[in-house]
Amino acid sequence: MSIVIIDYGMSNLGSIRRAMEECGADVLVSNNPEDLKISDKIILPGVGAFGDGMKNLNNQGWTKIIREEVLENKIPILGICLGMQLLATKGHEGGEFDGLNLIEGEVVKFTSLDDERIPHVGWNEIVKTKESPIFEGIEDGSDFYFVHSYHFKAKNKEDVIATTSYCGEFASAINKNNIFGTQFHPEKSIPVGFQVLKNFINL
Amino acid sequence: MLAKRIIPCLDVKNGETVKGINFENLQYAGDPIELAKKYSDAGADELVFLDITATNEGRKTTLKMVENVAKQVFIPFTVGGGISSIEDMKRLLSAGADKIAINSAAVKNPDLIKQSSDYFGSQCVVVAIDAKFSEGDFYVFINAGQKNTGIKLIDWVKKVEKLGAGEILLTSMDADGTQNGFDLNMTKLVVENVNIPVIASGGAGACVEHFKDVFELANADAALAASIFHYNTLPIKTLKQQLKINNISIRD
Repeated sequence: MSIVIIDYGMSNLGSIRRAMEECGADVLVSNNPEDLKISDKIILPGVGAFGDGMKNLNNQGWTKIIREEVLENKIPILGICLGMQLLATKGHEGGEFDGLNLIEGEVVKFTSLDDERIPHVGWNEIVKTKESPIFEGIEDGSDFYFVHSYHFKAKNKEDVIATTSYCGEFASAINKNNIFGTQFHPEKSIPVGFQVLKNFINL
Repeated sequence: MLAKRIIPCLDVKNGETVKGINFENLQYAGDPIELAKKYSDAGADELVFLDITATNEGRKTTLKMVENVAKQVFIPFTVGGGISSIEDMKRLLSAGADKIAINSAAVKNPDLIKQSSDYFGSQCVVVAIDAKFSEGDFYVFINAGQKNTGIKLIDWVKKVEKLGAGEILLTSMDADGTQNGFDLNMTKLVVENVNIPVIASGGAGACVEHFKDVFELANADAALAASIFHYNTLPIKTLKQQLKINNISIRD
């Protein structure tokens, strides 16, 4: 049994693989969707644009299998950064694209309200809005590393487990049943980020 | 609140960390991987590796070093120096770098900024700029600060933002190595003319005020320094504690 890190050509897989290994996980970086059938957890990493990300997932045959494994077989999935955004219903980066639709919501660009710079780059605090197993042992107000220009607008407030203040307030982590997403990079946010990864590994 | 970032910079030559004054008189400053680990443990918010000799000698940044750093360091790090193509960037990113800094190559071929931000996303693309005050204005220099391009800094920063740069790493050649403080005027000028994050570089001494000023007066998003950290004249921990006491938003 292992955790499959989806390799769909959209991320720096090295960082997440090394961080997961450091946290004690048995990981498989895979470019073969069939591997999801033998995994007990899935990580969807990603940097880059929403449209390209979905195009790759669709063309490489991931979309249907991810939905099956997550929705029917209840395999836990953690989307990181773009990976979290792809869990949404729709994305509006460079056009309008359908997402994986695992958590209802849309991905939209930040609007600078008070001269905030975009992208949102650096360490910022999270405010926990709801209990979630991936936040066990994480204190309210912990700093995580972010780098993004778009954010997840959840349709249902109860799917949001943490918010962060930037250009107003945005969802910095989401969770619905076995589906998890962090807009921040836990793999680049020692030590708190590693706690989040360990929590996911130990689910 | 988004924290102001403290970024140690490791100038690397032949796999060793070096530091000089005004890009000259280079001295050995320590093993890059050991330093990277030490800084990460001390609370550095990010790291930057610049292969300062790469452009002149045509030497590519050592992939091996990047791989080793990525294995041991779990905060974001940027690699720059001698990067001139999408292929160079791909190699570095897959070796473990989170961001790529391009300098001379971006000036020679501005389209590289657009190509790379389209391909990897803006968040990966840092445009490094070496600038100096000359004949009444700030100008962009390339080739490790040896050649004046004649391009005005203000025009260049606006252009790189338009082309898709995710951040600007702005080094004042006048201040670099002096330890007299950041170039506040130049930093402020750039911060006020772009809407992407600006990392101020060059001139930091063992003085908390230098950092306080660049954050408060010039409104930089991040501050980069080398010597004070290499030689431990102002340890990162102390600096961050002091900034916090001074009400600067800093990560614990």
